[in-house]
Amino acid sequence: MAAEGLKRTSLYPAHLRRGARLVEFGGWEMPVQYAGIVEEHRAVRTAAGLFDVSHMGEVEVEGPGALDTVQRLITNDAARLEVGAGLYSPMCLPTGGIVDDLTVFRMGERRFLFVVNAATTDKDLAWIHEHAVNAAVRNRSAEIALLALQGPRASAILARLTRPGSADLPFFHIVEGVDVAGVRCFISRSGYTGEDGFEIGCPWDEAPRLWETLLDAGREEGLVPVGLGARDTLRLEAALMLYGNDIDETTTPLEAPLGWTVKLDKGEFIGREALLRQKQEGVRRRLVGFEMRDRAIPRRGYTLLAGGRAIGRATSGTFGPWVQKGIGLGYVPPEFARPGVEIDVEVRGQPVRAVVVRLPFYKRSA
Amino acid sequence: MYPKDLRYSSEHEWARVEGDRVRVGITKFAADRLSDVVFVELPEVGAVVTFMQPFGVIESVKAVSDLYAPVSGNVVEVNTALRDSPEVVNSDPYGAGWIIVVEPSDPKELDKLMTVEQYLKVIGEEA
Repeated sequence: MAAEGLKRTSLYPAHLRRGARLVEFGGWEMPVQYAGIVEEHRAVRTAAGLFDVSHMGEVEVEGPGALDTVQRLITNDAARLEVGAGLYSPMCLPTGGIVDDLTVFRMGERRFLFVVNAATTDKDLAWIHEHAVNAAVRNRSAEIALLALQGPRASAILARLTRPGSADLPFFHIVEGVDVAGVRCFISRSGYTGEDGFEIGCPWDEAPRLWETLLDAGREEGLVPVGLGARDTLRLEAALMLYGNDIDETTTPLEAPLGWTVKLDKGEFIGREALLRQKQEGVRRRLVGFEMRDRAIPRRGYTLLAGGRAIGRATSGTFGPWVQKGIGLGYVPPEFARPGVEIDVEVRGQPVRAVVVRLPFYKRSA
Repeated sequence: MYPKDLRYSSEHEWARVEGDRVRVGITKFAADRLSDVVFVELPEVGAVVTFMQPFGVIESVKAVSDLYAPVSGNVVEVNTALRDSPEVVNSDPYGAGWIIVVEPSDPKELDKLMTVEQYLKVIGEEA
């Protein structure tokens, strides 16, 4: 478990104190679990969990050309965002391949905040710089710590500590200058677990105090610290893409189930031509979700079969702690990309029965 | 945490001699490392296992690992309860979480396994 060359968040000592097991993730030494993946997963589905996601990158784009820059960079339509609103979007290459998937929030008329993946922050920053016109690009990753408070009790827990309140914040909206237990934060109602929840940005060095205060305040509600292990099983049950696994520079949003984020009619953007052509010609493969029919667990890289022939590969796979079965994602030719289609997954050389299902695997009740 | 009457393999299996049979499981260290065990692929009764060769597979939420036989011989019992309750491997690795029982073909192989003191050194824990 050598940590040489790995970056640490300001919460590293707090993770050690709470007995976290640490792993390398995207160049960072991060907690993979505290009490155990299944227990933490269940806590987020039934109560609440607190995640350190300070490793993620924050990039601000500000200036007269900020909106045009954002519009050029992403496939989704930022022009419809009022101040305080945000959206999820891929950022594409001219080929339509995905540079990264990110959230972007409109912090002001001419100021936007990108929240990007940890492992791709440097690449994203260079890409944003290269395409920014008449706008300043600032990497704020080193100064902003990010905590994610997720689960059905998240809203009640946060409301106790915030002035003004956070409970009324609509989904995918952000508010700055919020006092959370004496720490000045921005709060967005967003997350990566399939549950209601918030992402809370604060100054890097204030995060340890905020972390402890939140855990104390939420203890009676069942709030527990959660590591990247459960973050991955939660996001997979919710069928949220993991960059580097399910999507990357060789896959397009139309092949992944992200067609809804591609607004071909919004005007020019990087990748538009390729995506338009792909839409007209039809995709050659699609990312689908599948469930195991027999007791087996699919893993990333396992071959997907139909009639004994390889048709694709799993990009993610796990045992879903909440849905209690083996679940996975993978690319297959379009003729197999319909719910109900039976496929096999090659598990240690043996075909095991699976079925393509409608995504997500888990959806919270409203 | 690490019973003194067991022998330990470098792959984190334990072996307990019970008369002319050997009960096999994985150590607390391995169970903790795997975290939540959700699936154990077991051999059939009658299968032949070979010293330090894979005889089954254990999967946690996150990882897949082979199970290695700490002794060669015939499998005479299989813990079928693990099919429905694989988590017992985590909660009781030396008791209800046992995996197979082997009738050894060469009991001298057990001498090649580690004592608890040797094993604790390998995993970097104090006795």
